[in-house]
Amino acid sequence: MKLTFALPAALLIMAAPAMAADGPTDPQIAHIAYTAGSIDIAAGKQALARSHNKAVRSFAQEMVRDHQAVNDKALALVKKLHVTPEDNATSQALSKQAKATLDKLSHLSGSAYDRAYVDNEVAYHKTVNGALEKTLIPSAKNGELKSLLETGLTLFREHLAHAEQIAKGLK
Amino acid sequence: MRTPNLLCAAAALLLPVPSAAAAPHNYVVVIDKMKFGPVPAQLHPGDTILWVNRDFLRHSATAANHSFDVDLPAGARVKMVVKSRGRIPFVCRYHPGMRGVLLVQ
Repeated sequence: MKLTFALPAALLIMAAPAMAADGPTDPQIAHIAYTAGSIDIAAGKQALARSHNKAVRSFAQEMVRDHQAVNDKALALVKKLHVTPEDNATSQALSKQAKATLDKLSHLSGSAYDRAYVDNEVAYHKTVNGALEKTLIPSAKNGELKSLLETGLTLFREHLAHAEQIAKGLK
Repeated sequence: MRTPNLLCAAAALLLPVPSAAAAPHNYVVVIDKMKFGPVPAQLHPGDTILWVNRDFLRHSATAANHSFDVDLPAGARVKMVVKSRGRIPFVCRYHPGMRGVLLVQ
């Protein structure tokens, strides 16, 4: 059975109507991006606590390191821009779903856990990358925020490719 | 006998160009926004490359033929002496989609 708990890509985009008609604002985008990063850091930490698979652990370390670096950069940027990240429906939906995913994964172990974690990482990065590409980057007004999101998208595409490669090895 | 010595000395003074051409060169390769910047068109053994990581992410410059493996934490500047000749593809070990090629003659 393939366990995939990630949000459908549509959700991140569908949540936009709750925001201004022309898409999320920069404070909302900053909040969504930071929340999405925090979710993957938590997932990576859980994987480091539960997995004994070398490739999975190496991937999880990469997720924690890279997403923490992006979030640190994002925090420094909002401070510099005097922007206060604004909670919103998309961030809340992401957090709620992520909590459910962590709970489900916490009941798995061994190869079942490894497969579920990596499959979820594939789905999650597809979802977040799609949202960055279609909604968050086009909506971002500030140039530095847009640039950070673009670098993030390049990075997260690497993560997706890495996750897909590991998923193949686990089949 | 003094004249030839003087001539030699004078000749040596006049010949810095060929020796300068053979001297090692120093180059800089910048990493920014998840990409390796341009690399020197032509390298020779003994040249140095200063790898500059302008990203906030950890990267590496890792040769496919194992001739170099430079760890580049965020903001790092690491100097490397070019040793082996040939066409040397390299990647970031953490983000293998980041790649480049050194041509060492």
